[in-house]
Amino acid sequence: MAGGSSSSTAPAPSLVDSLFQRSLDDLIKSLRSQPAGAEPTLLSRALAEIRREIRSSDPDTKAIALQKLTYLSSLHGLDASWAAFHALELLPSPSPLHKRLAYLAASLSFHPSTTDVLPLSTHQLRKDLSPSSPPPFSSLALHLLSLSASPDLARHLAPDLLPLLSSRSSPPSPLRPKAAAAALRALSVCPDVVPHLFKPLVDCLSSPDPRVVSAAVGAFAELASSGDPSSYLPLAPEFYRLLADSRSNWILIKLLKIFARLAPLEPRLAARLVDPLCDLLRRSSAQSLVFECVRTVFSGLPDHDGAVRLAVDKVKDFLASADDPNLRYLGLRALSMLGPRHSWAVEESREAVIRSLADPDPNIRREALRLIMGMVFDSNVFEISILLVNYALKSDPIFANEILDAVLTTCGRNVYELIVDFDWYVSLLGEMARNPHCTRGEEIERQLVDIGLRVRDARPELVRVARDLLIDPALLGNPFLCRILSAAAWVSGEYVEFSRNPLELVEALLQPRTSLLPPLVRAVYIQAVFKVLVFCFNTYIDRLEISRLSSLGNSTTGGASSIIESKSTAAASCIADGTTGIESNDGIAIGDKPASLFSSIENKDPFTCESLTNMLILIETAVDPLAENDEVEVQERTRNVLGLIHMLREIPTWKTEEQGFIKDNRIGEIVNLLQSMFSEELGPVSVNAQKRVPVPEGLVLEENLANLAWTLAEDDTAPFMSISFSLRSHQHGETKDNAASSVQSTSLLAEHRKRHGLYYLPAEKDGTESNDYPRANDPLLPASQGDVSEDLVKLTDQSLIPRKVKHTKPRPVVIKLDEGDGVSTSPSTTVKESKDDLLSGAIHDVLLGKERKPSSSQKKYSDKSSRRRVKDVSDNGESVSLSKEKLDLGDREHRSSGSRRSKHRSHGKERHTSPQKNDEKEEKNHRNSTRSSHHHERHKHRQRGEALLDVAPQAPVIQDFLL
Amino acid sequence: MGIRFILLVNKQGQTRLAQYYEYLTLEERRALEGEIVRKCLARTEQQCSFVEHRNYKIVYRRYASLFFLVGVDNDENELAILEFIHLLVETMDRHFGNVCELDIMFHLEKAHFMLEEMVVNGCIVETSKTNILAPIQLMDRAS
Repeated sequence: MAGGSSSSTAPAPSLVDSLFQRSLDDLIKSLRSQPAGAEPTLLSRALAEIRREIRSSDPDTKAIALQKLTYLSSLHGLDASWAAFHALELLPSPSPLHKRLAYLAASLSFHPSTTDVLPLSTHQLRKDLSPSSPPPFSSLALHLLSLSASPDLARHLAPDLLPLLSSRSSPPSPLRPKAAAAALRALSVCPDVVPHLFKPLVDCLSSPDPRVVSAAVGAFAELASSGDPSSYLPLAPEFYRLLADSRSNWILIKLLKIFARLAPLEPRLAARLVDPLCDLLRRSSAQSLVFECVRTVFSGLPDHDGAVRLAVDKVKDFLASADDPNLRYLGLRALSMLGPRHSWAVEESREAVIRSLADPDPNIRREALRLIMGMVFDSNVFEISILLVNYALKSDPIFANEILDAVLTTCGRNVYELIVDFDWYVSLLGEMARNPHCTRGEEIERQLVDIGLRVRDARPELVRVARDLLIDPALLGNPFLCRILSAAAWVSGEYVEFSRNPLELVEALLQPRTSLLPPLVRAVYIQAVFKVLVFCFNTYIDRLEISRLSSLGNSTTGGASSIIESKSTAAASCIADGTTGIESNDGIAIGDKPASLFSSIENKDPFTCESLTNMLILIETAVDPLAENDEVEVQERTRNVLGLIHMLREIPTWKTEEQGFIKDNRIGEIVNLLQSMFSEELGPVSVNAQKRVPVPEGLVLEENLANLAWTLAEDDTAPFMSISFSLRSHQHGETKDNAASSVQSTSLLAEHRKRHGLYYLPAEKDGTESNDYPRANDPLLPASQGDVSEDLVKLTDQSLIPRKVKHTKPRPVVIKLDEGDGVSTSPSTTVKESKDDLLSGAIHDVLLGKERKPSSSQKKYSDKSSRRRVKDVSDNGESVSLSKEKLDLGDREHRSSGSRRSKHRSHGKERHTSPQKNDEKEEKNHRNSTRSSHHHERHKHRQRGEALLDVAPQAPVIQDFLL
Repeated sequence: MGIRFILLVNKQGQTRLAQYYEYLTLEERRALEGEIVRKCLARTEQQCSFVEHRNYKIVYRRYASLFFLVGVDNDENELAILEFIHLLVETMDRHFGNVCELDIMFHLEKAHFMLEEMVVNGCIVETSKTNILAPIQLMDRAS
């Protein structure tokens, strides 16, 4: 029958349906025997069947249809929300089977946000919860309530939960544990029910039945972790008693979770916890309990050295368990909970931690990495980063990139606050780029450029690193590196004055394999060539000037030097110094170059007439084809370069006679003009810079632009993507016009090819064979795991502990901008939901009302007024959230008014009066330290809340019976 | 709530039981199950039983062809959840007798009822196998 109906094509009439209804088993069997790919049709047919059957007046047919639908929606993801009413229809069924099916369907699919018929279930739930109905029915109702209760449902049914929860009903209901868990749901969705349910829930803690205690403790652990734990401090003695008495590991674990929240709030409580915790640590054989103790000690009692010592020893056992990856993972996690204060603990387990970097489990490796990165300080960032970057070379691609990510993030944190030696860091960035697995090009690009802008002292090293990257033809084929190369090209163009050999740079920037780069990166390359070209000519002319002046006589030298730009003097002298050293340097460099490519220019003064001529030829030859490039950025820059070259060519004097060149000073003028265009230093730009620009008066930004729609519709040219660091400001308007049609000098090209034969691949193959060069760093052949960890352990001689290192040189100036520059990634403060506030406020009332009733001034809150009081609290809750909103608004407004703030910044002392100024203070803290500002904000937030909530009792006083 | 969801998934990645203790839409569930299954099923025996996923921590254990995956809050005790999984399997074993994937497929409701006895609102409320199975045995006898 089942097989027949599943293979039949025409839908059967309704009567046949109910007579020959497929059972759930039939459905499952037909689903199992289906051929691959037939599932959707089968499901839709089954669904059509169910839709017909479920409307049947026969309860059996309806129940089976609902059962099938529940199965399909739960395991095959079919929507069952349309059948909510049918489930409701079956809830009152007298048949236990039907009732169970209906409740299961409801609890798997009902939710206040999607089930609009949910209120209709109130009556039935109440009926099933009543003490007169059989416990299995009440159990079903409790389950539905705990999964799907809306605030209204919770409010209406709270009184009905009471008999199940209360200890006063005799005998106590067997469903008390479930009722406790359901009460938790009611409390969290509807704080109004606190006066009804909270006290019975507290009473559950003293029940003789461990199941009840377990459920209640679980509920409190949940409440304490989701809301404000300080509300539960008054219950601490009760929890403490349970901690001493209970023998169930489940209960103990939950109790420890509660204490981990409470201990930081109350030092006396923490002191009292040390003994029982140490006791548990020593004698318990259950690893879960031991681990929970460790976690509680690390997060709640970090000040109690004895306990920490004991816990760290346990963690060492965890880390040493070779056969259980779970314990190793948890051991690492536990260590990462310890703050920097206890870095000795990590230091003691250093070998195990570093060995974990080679663990077969990527999760363990990641934890180890996270732990190590947590131990990085400015004194050991050097060793750790080198260790990790070297290790990344040997590990698998995914983890290698995770390592690079971690190093980049940590070192770049808060505008490189950890980095002292930028030369080292810049070369480390270069090494990272050469990692064959590296896919983090964007971040490396960002940091290279950023350091160039911010750290003046790092520029020479930066240019060196950039040169090494640019000159390596193997890197050009890797699409992940083109961003880094773009940064390298920009750096070497912008800071060319630090380059030892600008001509070599030009060759590197124009090597044939640059055709593999995306057009926008090529545009950066060409612009860099432009800058280098201008620089070379400028230096050449300056030198001629100097030599001419010095030949004129010593008396005029003083005056002459003032003519020359100070910058170029510095650069020229730097190069003059460099030229002496260049021979040896190049000697080294040749070793890692594929061949001596620069035979014509090396070991010579780069700024001779001949070398400049060669450079012009080289540039023209290489760049000329690009003048017709499809990409407009490339084309425009190419034409700029060509225009300049033609202009220089038109002045022939300098080629023949050096002195005549000086006399005909047109070329000097041109070059000086161009050089001065590039001489202005670029700096980092604040993220808020745009906001600081005052909006001109009369500019209406929010005017309706609808009438421009037709203009836009006609103009269908797509906007060009701009490259990441704009070079537009450097473009030279005049040269573009001068770009004459280029002269094809095939002979020169041939000469160039002959000279740099190695660089030239057969032209037609260039595009296709992109990876014929050996990779820069061949990935290590998969060595045996043991070898890798051997290597690693060798590295463990280096300490993870921050050491006092004497820095040989002071940290260079790092330009920082104001207002959260670099800390913009700090997570926003977690603002508690007002519901939580409501809940803890209400619980405060119940608990403290209970304890203080006899003596304190809170007497007026008699039970009669409790309802009103809750209402008060909820009103206050609203005003709290309102004030929060105001705060947010203030913040936003404040952020958009950077200029005003920066004016105010010097008046440090007067900030406490107006909210606006408070915000300023906050912002300032933000700048200084993310963590402390968080603290501050949260603290202030709580203060505000309390100020407004002064109806509720102030901070609870723990009675001394704890002590 | 401690436990956010419980999933039983076979080796092929098909869900065999899904119980959520916090509300997710069908699309979210499908996406979540797909991602978790992809993450967990690829792991080997030598790797640990914990996987971080979004804001959850997945604690899982494999029994024969079935994976038991439990999604918990980040501060939940992983080892206790492993013990819970084991308890669940033992309970099913006691009821079905050497439980297998088919038992759960064809008795999905019973599996859900066992879970309902053990976990309410994400809190573990019952850890005694006898107590968990008592209502189900009662139910079997009645029908």
